[in-house]
Amino acid sequence: MTGRIVIAGASMGGLRAAEQLRAAGWAGAITVVGDEPHMPYNRPPLSKEVLAGKAPFESLAFAPKAAAADVEWRLGTKVVAARLDERTVELDDGTALAYDGLVVATGMRPRRLRCEGPLAGRHTVRTLADAQGLREELTRPGARVVVVGGGFIGCEVAATAVGLGVTEVTVVDPLPLPMVGPLGELLARALLKRHEERGVHFALGTGVAGFEGEDRVTGVVLGDGTVLPADVVVESVGSIANTEWLDGNGLDLTDGVLTDELLRVGGLPEVVAVGDVARFPNARYDGVPRRVEHWSIPTDTAKHAAKALVAHLVGGKAELAPFAPLPTFWSDQHEFRLQSFGSPVLGKDDVRVLDGDPDDDVLVGYHHDGRLVGVVALGGQAAAMGAARYRAQLLKQPALTA
Amino acid sequence: MKVVVDMNKCQDHGQCVFAAPDVFQMDDNGRLAFVPDPDDTLREEVEEAADVCPLQAIRIED
Repeated sequence: MTGRIVIAGASMGGLRAAEQLRAAGWAGAITVVGDEPHMPYNRPPLSKEVLAGKAPFESLAFAPKAAAADVEWRLGTKVVAARLDERTVELDDGTALAYDGLVVATGMRPRRLRCEGPLAGRHTVRTLADAQGLREELTRPGARVVVVGGGFIGCEVAATAVGLGVTEVTVVDPLPLPMVGPLGELLARALLKRHEERGVHFALGTGVAGFEGEDRVTGVVLGDGTVLPADVVVESVGSIANTEWLDGNGLDLTDGVLTDELLRVGGLPEVVAVGDVARFPNARYDGVPRRVEHWSIPTDTAKHAAKALVAHLVGGKAELAPFAPLPTFWSDQHEFRLQSFGSPVLGKDDVRVLDGDPDDDVLVGYHHDGRLVGVVALGGQAAAMGAARYRAQLLKQPALTA
Repeated sequence: MKVVVDMNKCQDHGQCVFAAPDVFQMDDNGRLAFVPDPDDTLREEVEEAADVCPLQAIRIED
C-alpha cells in the first residue's frame, strides 16, 4: 500500500519511528516534521559532555539506518494543529499535510519558573542550543551558579559545573533530598553526601520566590527570604508535554497523550504516539498509564507503535502483545554512575541494600509486596554490572496486577 | 557483516550485551569485548544493540 505517514517531532522518537515503520514493512512516504534545525541527536550528553565542551554536534547526531534514507525531513518547522477526523495536520508555515498514518512524537519542553525578575542569565537544558548557551556562561571566570531543581538534570549540571572548575554551585530544591522522587531516601542521602564532598552546595526544603537583578539575574530569592548570589541560573524543574497542537480532537491530553496498550491514540488505529509524550500502560506493572522520560523509551515505543500502525495500514494481521518494556535509566555525575533496572519508584516503601555500602559502591533493591520490582546501583562500573545481574530476574517477574 | 565500535565513545553501559549476547560481552574488568565479524544471521540483534547503545558507539558496516 502507498500513502503517507506523518511523524510529528524530529528527535530520537521521530527518527526511531521512521526506521521502525520501514522495518515493519511500510513502503509508502514518510514525512518527519520538527522545529529544531538539526537532524535528530542524542540528548544525554547535553548536561554532561556538551557542557564540558567535549562533544561536537557530529558526535551527537544519530546515524539514520539505510532503510530510512528516503524519509522526508521537514526541519525548522512544526506541526501546529491537527484535524484527526479529516486526517490532516497543519504546519506553522500554513501548509496542510494529509496523512494515512500519524505518529505523535512531539516530546516535552522544560517547565519554567513563573517568578518575578529578569530572564537573562536563566537557562534550561533540553536542546543543543540550550546547552551551548549555558556552556558559554558557565565558563566565564568566577561565575556563581544556582541550579533550581535537584533531579537528574539538575544534579548532572551541578556535577559538570564543578568539574569545569566553577567554585560556587548551589542546588535548590523544595524537597529535603536530591533525586528523592525516583530513588527514595536511602540512595538520595548517599547522593547528597557525594555531591557535597565534591563541592556542590545545597539549599534544600525551600523553593524559589523570585529573582534579583535589573537586566540580568544577580541573585535567587528563596522561599525563606535568603538570597543566593547568582550570575547563572539553571532551571531544571520538570517538563511539559508538547500536545497543544492536538487540542480540539477530543483526546485525553492530561500529561502527554493517552494511549492504549499498543500505543494507539484516542481509539484511532491510524494514530500512534512514541517517546516521552506518550502516556501508556505498561503490562509489566499495574496497567496505570504513565509517561516515561527514560532514554530507551523512544526506541521501545517506536518498535511497538510502528508494528501496530503498519499492521493497520497494510491490512496485515499483527499478533502484538501488550507493550511491556523493562524500564532502565542511568545518570553520570562526577565520576560515579547511577544505573537502574525495573521500576524502583513502585517499590520505594521497601528499600534494602542488596550488596555493598551506601558510602561506597552500593546496590539497592526496591520491593512491592515483598517482591523485587527495581534495582539501582550507585558507584563505579562494578556496581552497575551488579545491577545488570538482576535484569533477567526483573524480566521474568509476572505482572504486578497478576 | 562488520561491526565497528567507537571505543572512544563506549562507556561500558553494557546495553548491547543484553541485545546481542552472541556478539557483545563484558570482560572480567567490565570492559566491552565484541566479535567484529559476526554471522549475518545475527544482524537483527546487532541492529538492536546499536539502537540501545546510549553513546551510539556501535556501527554496522555491510
